Amino acid sequence: MVLGREQLSIEFVNQALSGNRRSLAKLLSSIENGELDSNSIGLDGHDDDGTIIGITGAPGVGKSSLIEKLISHWSTQGLKIAVIAVDPSSPLSGGALLGDRIRMDSADSNSNVFVRSFATRNQPGGLPKSVGLAANLMRKCGYDLVLIETVGAGQSEIRIVSFADRVVLIESPNSGDQIQAEKAGIMEIADLIVVNKSDLPNAERSAMQITSALQISGSPTCVLLASAKTGEGVEELASQLLSIPIKMGAEVARARERLLAAWASSLLSREDISKIINDISSGEVDAEKWVLNNLRWYDE
Amino acid sequence: MRIVIAKPGLDGHDRGAKVVARALRDGGHEVIYTGLRRTPEQIVRTVLDEDADMLGLSSLSGAHAFLFPRICELLKQEGCGDVTVFGGGIIPVDDRSELYRAGIRAIFGPGTKMQEMIDFVNEVKNRIDVGKPVGVGEGGDWFWS
Repeated sequence: MVLGREQLSIEFVNQALSGNRRSLAKLLSSIENGELDSNSIGLDGHDDDGTIIGITGAPGVGKSSLIEKLISHWSTQGLKIAVIAVDPSSPLSGGALLGDRIRMDSADSNSNVFVRSFATRNQPGGLPKSVGLAANLMRKCGYDLVLIETVGAGQSEIRIVSFADRVVLIESPNSGDQIQAEKAGIMEIADLIVVNKSDLPNAERSAMQITSALQISGSPTCVLLASAKTGEGVEELASQLLSIPIKMGAEVARARERLLAAWASSLLSREDISKIINDISSGEVDAEKWVLNNLRWYDE
Repeated sequence: MRIVIAKPGLDGHDRGAKVVARALRDGGHEVIYTGLRRTPEQIVRTVLDEDADMLGLSSLSGAHAFLFPRICELLKQEGCGDVTVFGGGIIPVDDRSELYRAGIRAIFGPGTKMQEMIDFVNEVKNRIDVGKPVGVGEGGDWFWS
């Protein structure tokens, strides 16, 4: 059920802050629907303290399975973990099948864990802007760590840096020859790279290729081997994740992605957005011309 | 609508649940699938955390007469009485009135057209808009037939 703005009282926020799961779940829906912003919940910004962690990587590399291993490891140490699992919305129907929970056994049985599925709702960059506020709210509601799992992402999808303090890139063995590791993009932004499925042959070789490629570029990034299947390497990954220094030099990329996310979100929340899209798809209006004619406020 | 599709109990057959999830997705809804062999408590927890509007239960193993009402009861206890619950799978006609009494609003058997499920979801939406009861704990005697 969607909460109307008028129904949202400070009491409601207070219930969520004091640990009420249903209140938190309702607030997250309102955030997702764009009915709430940080001012209306009374949340100040998140200080990049390393507690919001982005997990990204191509489809099928094992992001959800590795997250399950991480959250069960951390929760046995007494930490409370929240997860935002993002899956794509259909560009045609607007519907979505959100299936990341299936691989997270702790999601519906561990009281120290809160998993929430988000659909992209066709926001560019593969991550809705609401994810940032949602993660911030979860932190304030007593979750020590918030993991954001992106949609299966490609080489240049780096929107996650605008929401997460640290970004982990998951790779799998045999995901390309050395030249793939040399290419620019997400690999340069990641604070930590994990080659998952270390139980498979060639995992070590993949890790070595990535390590050597990143050494040349002068930004040595920690590359770890892990297996969500056997649990090997998970403990080290969990401790590294909390201790590696936050990578410097990503601030410009972070700021740029934040700007783009805010820009896209304000464009898509225009009341006449459906009409604009229809006009463009029918050929009546040219997309680039429309932008030039209608979004010239920055010149004024 | 946000809809959880769940497989309660030890039943290991989920082709039907996946087809329904897919059809609802194509109908423009956000569908969360729990995976196989969930307990009533786990299913209710998923509905709660995901803030779902509807819950679809699939059972082909004959355990529906126990599991479905148990899940309805837990939903009400957890303050999720506004969630609409529907069921599907192999549910003998003789068992259905008991399930409707527990708060389930629709039961879809083999041969159901996907469009009928979409129509049901739209009808629930319409009823919510005009304030008519659709939730598992909202009473009234309406069910999809």
